[in-house]
Amino acid sequence: MPASLAREIARLTLEHVVLVLIALLFAILIGIPTGITLTRKQSFRSAVLGITNVVQTIPSLALFGFLIPLPFIGGIGERTAIIALVLYALLPILRNTLTGILGVDPAVVESAVAMGMTDRQRLVQVELPLAAPTILAGVRVATVTTIGTATIAAAIGGGGLGVFIFRGLASVDSSQILAGALPAALLALAADGGLGWIERRFARP
Amino acid sequence: MEPAIAFRDVSYGIRGKEILRHFDLEVARGETLVLLGRSGSGKTTALKMVNALLTPSSGDVFVEGKPTREWNPILLRRRIGYVIQEAGLFPHYTVERNVAVVPRLVGWEPGRIGKRVDELLWIVGLPPAEFRARYPRELSGGQRQRVGVARALAAEPSLLLMDEPFGALDPVTRRELQREFLSLRGTWTKTSLFVTHDVREALALATRIALLHEGRLEFVATPREFLAEKSAEARIFLAALEDLPEA
Repeated sequence: MPASLAREIARLTLEHVVLVLIALLFAILIGIPTGITLTRKQSFRSAVLGITNVVQTIPSLALFGFLIPLPFIGGIGERTAIIALVLYALLPILRNTLTGILGVDPAVVESAVAMGMTDRQRLVQVELPLAAPTILAGVRVATVTTIGTATIAAAIGGGGLGVFIFRGLASVDSSQILAGALPAALLALAADGGLGWIERRFARP
Repeated sequence: MEPAIAFRDVSYGIRGKEILRHFDLEVARGETLVLLGRSGSGKTTALKMVNALLTPSSGDVFVEGKPTREWNPILLRRRIGYVIQEAGLFPHYTVERNVAVVPRLVGWEPGRIGKRVDELLWIVGLPPAEFRARYPRELSGGQRQRVGVARALAAEPSLLLMDEPFGALDPVTRRELQREFLSLRGTWTKTSLFVTHDVREALALATRIALLHEGRLEFVATPREFLAEKSAEARIFLAALEDLPEA
């Protein structure tokens, strides 16, 4: 492998990782608080879940395309790509936060209330720790899918490993496609393994 | 003397279904009043109104002379010990942390909490050195229930609510915990409101028994008076007693 190719793989992999991390950061910052809020506000639950579900069903290439003409959030480039990735990563995080907290044994929740915990104390001391493995599982799913979906970001000038893949497709050069696909797959595997390990640590206090 | 708990014309309904109707009852200080009834008779509903887990649809529940609507529910609950059937222990906390929950909430200093936890674990028959650091899943059902009792007693409440606390235990362990509850009661001046559907348990533990039937209070009687009761619902419970061989 020529040194220039190796350098480019390294550069685009880093770009890819940054893209994914920024998207995940926003998805977590939005998804977990929204999920928590939905456990308290039953009336909004199905509406919000419905919207995130619908977003999930839009084919990713189409979603990137839809975002381009939008004012402020749209356009060509990284920002649009990140917004699309956040939208995809949101659902598993939000849904798992919701189901994780709602899945806490009702007897345990009732005890927490009956002991005289405030809503915040119950959330921080009881519900979040017990829901943590489920929430982490959501983050893991979101991470793995975002690493894959982020390859499409290159289609709208978002950069990352997708650059290789689209270039390979255009020039019918499978080694270029592999130069993008292989590192992306390895990243996904590493993230899955690493987060799975953390998840198991959390499941056993 | 003012009763520890007083229900005054309390009704409770949810989705058009009346669970408790015009319920009147006074629990005197220091007594163990058992709410006896079949499932659906409203006994747990009545109990949960005392620590404001439920709010009456009409009428008032007075705790220490003050209606629960006027109490700050958080502060009210911290003054009342609460034990439920499956213990409801926090699975991610050790025995020590579980027992320490309320003292921590009300801001005791760590040294005092540690001493209190050890003292309570001795009282409920779980030597601290062996049990303090265990998690609930490492305990038997009976041991979990003992921790549940210790947790309820931790912040020295003058009032205890017990919702079928021994209901999920095997008969032998249940008798053991009932006996220990009785001997514990000899050492304190707490008021307990105790829910059960087990007439034998009611007769063994109660100073007075309140029989509930379809959301209404049938009568209040001492265990001795209860045995002589002629009302239909009481006869049904007493018949159940005769059906069973003496345990």
